[in-house]
Amino acid sequence: MAVLTHLQQLEAESIEIMREVVAQVDNPVMLYSIGKDSAAMLHVAKKAFFPAPPPFPLLHVDTTWKFRDMYKLRQKAADEAGIELIVHQNPQAQAQGINPFDHGALHTDMWKTEGLKQALDKHQFDAAFGGARRDEEKSRAKERIFSFRSENHQWDPKNQRPELWSLYNARKKPGESMRVFPMSNWTELDIWQYIRLENIEIVPLYFAAPRPTVERDGLILMVDDERFPLHEGEEPLMRSVRFRTLGCYPLTGAVESQATTLDEVIQEMLLTTTSERQGRAIDQEAGASMEVKKQQGYF
Amino acid sequence: MSASDTGYRADALIGQDIAAYLKAHEEKTMLRFITCGSVDDGKSTLIGRLLYDSKMIFDDQLSALEAASKKSGTQGDAIDFALLVDGLAAEREQGITIDVAYRFFATEKRKFIVADTPGHEQYTRNMVTGASTADLAVLLVDARQGVLTQTRRHAYLVHLLGIKHIVLAVNKMDLVDFSETRFQDIVGDFNRFAADLNMAPPLAIPLSGLAGDNITGRSDNTAWYKGPSLLAHLENVELADNAAQKQSFAMPVQWVNRPNLDFRGFSGRVAGGTVKPGDKIRIVPSGKTSTVKEIVTMAADGSRADVSEALAGQSVTLTLNDEIDCSRGDVIAAADNPPLAADRFEASLVWMDEAEMLPGRAYELRLGTQAVSARVQAPKYAVNVNNMEHLAAKTLGLNEIGVVELATDRPVVFAPYADSQKLGSFVLIDKISNATVAAGMLHFSLRRAHNIHWQAVDIDRAAHAELKDQKPKILWFTGLSGSGKSTIANAVEKKLHANGKHTFLLDGDNVRHGLNKDLGFTDADRIENIRRIGEVAKLMTDAGLILLTAFISPFRAERDMARAMVADGDFVEIHVDTPLDVAEQRDVKGLYKKARAGELKNFTGIDSPYEPPEAPEITVNTTELSAEEAADLIIDYLDKN
Repeated sequence: MAVLTHLQQLEAESIEIMREVVAQVDNPVMLYSIGKDSAAMLHVAKKAFFPAPPPFPLLHVDTTWKFRDMYKLRQKAADEAGIELIVHQNPQAQAQGINPFDHGALHTDMWKTEGLKQALDKHQFDAAFGGARRDEEKSRAKERIFSFRSENHQWDPKNQRPELWSLYNARKKPGESMRVFPMSNWTELDIWQYIRLENIEIVPLYFAAPRPTVERDGLILMVDDERFPLHEGEEPLMRSVRFRTLGCYPLTGAVESQATTLDEVIQEMLLTTTSERQGRAIDQEAGASMEVKKQQGYF
Repeated sequence: MSASDTGYRADALIGQDIAAYLKAHEEKTMLRFITCGSVDDGKSTLIGRLLYDSKMIFDDQLSALEAASKKSGTQGDAIDFALLVDGLAAEREQGITIDVAYRFFATEKRKFIVADTPGHEQYTRNMVTGASTADLAVLLVDARQGVLTQTRRHAYLVHLLGIKHIVLAVNKMDLVDFSETRFQDIVGDFNRFAADLNMAPPLAIPLSGLAGDNITGRSDNTAWYKGPSLLAHLENVELADNAAQKQSFAMPVQWVNRPNLDFRGFSGRVAGGTVKPGDKIRIVPSGKTSTVKEIVTMAADGSRADVSEALAGQSVTLTLNDEIDCSRGDVIAAADNPPLAADRFEASLVWMDEAEMLPGRAYELRLGTQAVSARVQAPKYAVNVNNMEHLAAKTLGLNEIGVVELATDRPVVFAPYADSQKLGSFVLIDKISNATVAAGMLHFSLRRAHNIHWQAVDIDRAAHAELKDQKPKILWFTGLSGSGKSTIANAVEKKLHANGKHTFLLDGDNVRHGLNKDLGFTDADRIENIRRIGEVAKLMTDAGLILLTAFISPFRAERDMARAMVADGDFVEIHVDTPLDVAEQRDVKGLYKKARAGELKNFTGIDSPYEPPEAPEITVNTTELSAEEAADLIIDYLDKN
């Protein structure tokens, strides 16, 4: 008897989850970060509803500080999926000129956490798909696939709905919403493997190339545009680097690498000894910081 | 020999031939399992060890782990593997795991998803949650403690959830000098208990999570043990998927895919069996038949993929050769062996909410893609999970397990849980709080199952009543104006409603303003008034309702006329007995004052007689009982009749 491979099982489960959301809620949206996990999630969504386009828009909560290569792929990916792209930028953050160089944690809080809440409220989305995986980070390992949020977008880790079999409960009161993580059970390797098998387009930054960089606080940062304030005497250096995760360019550390093909990237990933999120400045705080952020409404 | 020497390290192939490695990785299957055990059995340590030995821990995590081990670990300067696994901040402070956490690792053969489930008594629901998606369970026992109450409870739960493969992991063998005798005592102890549950003896493995014995390879410390190491067993055990492929085809419809007028597909995940284009199918519960036209999925490049067969576990979209009704909640099944539909079931129920089960109340029941209203009766019995004794119970509280009967408001397509997890498992949702309050496993249907050829039966009075799970009654309140009829009737109705009963209150004033507004207060009109109310009451009892009427209805003959209209035993006459002087003193509507002043004619008790009932079913003396007490008295009567 034929048995499904682990990737076939994961894909089937993710499709089932996406269809449940569409069947159970009024106004779903897919959060799209332009990263590889989002790319894989969007690809699964195309499969789930084929031949119809996915029956929900993509939402990019933009900080205005993403890599230029990310902005290039954003509209193209939405167009190819045949769905609407909504871009939200927090107008207060914009007005106050909040940026990662001068404002530290406030940057993430205003652009991402607040920006996300604003966008969800503005469009009255009652369910938002996110590409987070349980293998990424400890507090995510315990989050449900259908994760309930209060009217204030708060997550209560002590009071999660039991989630049994594949019976997902999306019932909620007006104003309340769900975050849904259809890729919960995928690992980083699964995502890469899937991108390879399905030939999914990803941002070129995942592949090594000579890029202008500076080194700060142990992170290799890419000088992606002229807004990057160079310290006195600091000179961007061309290094062959790639990125394991993508976020705001001033907050995302690169790794030195010669991996220019997908197979080489996967090979490096498998042989590497540094976990994925280490490149993100946001996670380098106390052990429980992500859990606190999630309770406040961070995705 | 230490476990970390034995393999499961980063594969040499990764460095040498990544394409070959990825090809092999593509073929891997997936096993989901749970670990359960008491608080100090070393569960988190065991999982941490599995992650560590299968190279799932990165250098930065390892250095963070080493630092954390020194700060808050329990192993002195050595690595505390448990810290890898304990996630939420609050737990880290308490030093215990309190929720279900999922971990991932892979070996050369398989990918694994581990549900780490808690050992604490109050968290039965988390364990059941973790077990619901598991193919295998690892039951941990501390070799020093042996089989504990908690061990039995966890074994019972994994058995209840139908997990076929169980591993009895006798842990901390290093602390009993790897004693074979100790190991065999524990295994014998457990197997006696397993036999009581009709559970096959599990594979028992002597382990040390901390030292790594028998985790990835056989340990020299237990030369007497001839079985596989834990990982070797996890890699080779048969997957539940296999069994599902052998069943008859069934696919609950999740969503109808209709992008344009030329395409109508039915999307779902195959619950059992396989399907090919051309196969004869039947839609359940409607019973309509057709054949499969195409299996529609998307190829990697976005074009339509040519699929010749869909397997159990796959998410697909089917098109049919006939235009037939089919929507979310329906099941597309093999035409010759479709599942049945029924509306009354026996099931095992695990209660998961702080608010206890309310027998008679309507909950939303989710089974597959179906959502119906369901009423649960008081449990046949609850199960003491410590010794499997059956206990009498009126309800189920948080973490309690019982066997119940339930009735749904329309037929549900189902299969016994033992035959199909997908069509036999359900959850109950509180319609007000929206919380998932219970998990259930269907045993069988209680009435003749309505199969696909079910005939339309006449929906009679009994059918209406049965669906509502109640006896239709007319509660006829009679008494002087101001005696408290409406107040008491209201209180009774609230209580009935809270118990999930379908009720209706006919009030004198409302009827007079509508249905009977053409009637006055002459004797003839009074009789016609009561006749009409009697007819309405009869119709409502035929609809299965419990009807409450609150009219003075002063004449015995009128009341007897109404009683004669309905079936014996349906008419409950309730005399709200309040002396005239007390009622007049209350005079809530100021009517007595007007009557005494001569402004109201034919007022009962003043210038028109009140004939008290001679043999009412219930008499309520309002000078002795409060409205609440009177309502309780009436509810008590209804419970007994």
